[in-house]
Amino acid sequence: MKIQVKKYRFFGLMLAVNLVLYLLDRPLAQSSARNAAGFILEVLPIIPPVMVLMGLLDVWTPRKLVEDNLGAGSGVLGAMLAVVLGTAAAGPIYAAFPVAVSLRNKGATTANIAIFLGAWATIKIPMILMESSFIGLRFALLRLAFTIPGVLCVGYLMGKMVPENTPLGDPLPGEQGEVSGSFQKPATTSLAATGSIK
Amino acid sequence: MISYVLTVITLIALAISFTLDRKRTGRALRIGVRSLTSLAPVLLGMMGMVGLVLALIPPQLLSELFKHNGTAGFALVAVVGALITIPAPVAFPLAGSLVKLGASLSSMAAFITTLTMVGVLSAPMEIACFGKRFTLVRQSLSFVLAIAIGGLMGVFL
Repeated sequence: MKIQVKKYRFFGLMLAVNLVLYLLDRPLAQSSARNAAGFILEVLPIIPPVMVLMGLLDVWTPRKLVEDNLGAGSGVLGAMLAVVLGTAAAGPIYAAFPVAVSLRNKGATTANIAIFLGAWATIKIPMILMESSFIGLRFALLRLAFTIPGVLCVGYLMGKMVPENTPLGDPLPGEQGEVSGSFQKPATTSLAATGSIK
Repeated sequence: MISYVLTVITLIALAISFTLDRKRTGRALRIGVRSLTSLAPVLLGMMGMVGLVLALIPPQLLSELFKHNGTAGFALVAVVGALITIPAPVAFPLAGSLVKLGASLSSMAAFITTLTMVGVLSAPMEIACFGKRFTLVRQSLSFVLAIAIGGLMGVFL
């Protein structure tokens, strides 16, 4: 992929700059390499477990159930599901775009898509441990406490300011009917609609 | 210390997941490896750059900027963060190293938020997916949110 190549290019550039620097000013290049190595060693033991945790969250989130409940009339529950879905996924925000497109095609509202993207970008439960190890636990929790309502606000305003996109795909069965009436437990109604519950 | 706790939590979660569903656990591991391999080059590049910048610019100068020019430092990191988009696991160590140089925590909160939520450079991709209006409004609102979070963090920390 293009992004992949770009990423490696950046690292290659840094190596090249360091190499040139080494020829020009040896101690400077050495201190630069020492700095970089220090950071990398600091990050090294933390990143792999975080990635595995995110993978676990990703596969254990009942995605279908969430996807089916982000449409018009999903209200507070839809917004919460958008946060949960975004939080549970792995990757930077641009990795979320294709997922968000498929959500939109399944009838998700603009507000819920914006909330999903925001949550995906900044709210990651496994990341809290990482954030607190690099900056501080108080910082991480406080930032989380401000970010969740903030992302919800952005979503709400987006819903007001950006016209709804018409879904491109086929509307899911069971989503056309009166959704707005019952948001007590759409999860179970959706399961009842799709699965075989007696 | 945190890394041990993290590793133990991960291993326990993996074990539980494995007993519940082997196939799914395998999928989770593959996702983990995939995000690790796609993250590694960015992370290495970013660390290389931070190392270089810190070697070239005397740390005292940077901390002077953050200390005496609080507002300027705040605006600077917020705007820099808005230009580029990097994944959260890269943003945290970067912010952590800036804190060690004397950057204020409130500016780092704004920095992390713009870094992860606002990306002028990734905007074309977002426009292709959701249209101009969606992208413009979302990014502007997110930038305002980042400033607000930074300000609030300044009050509480």
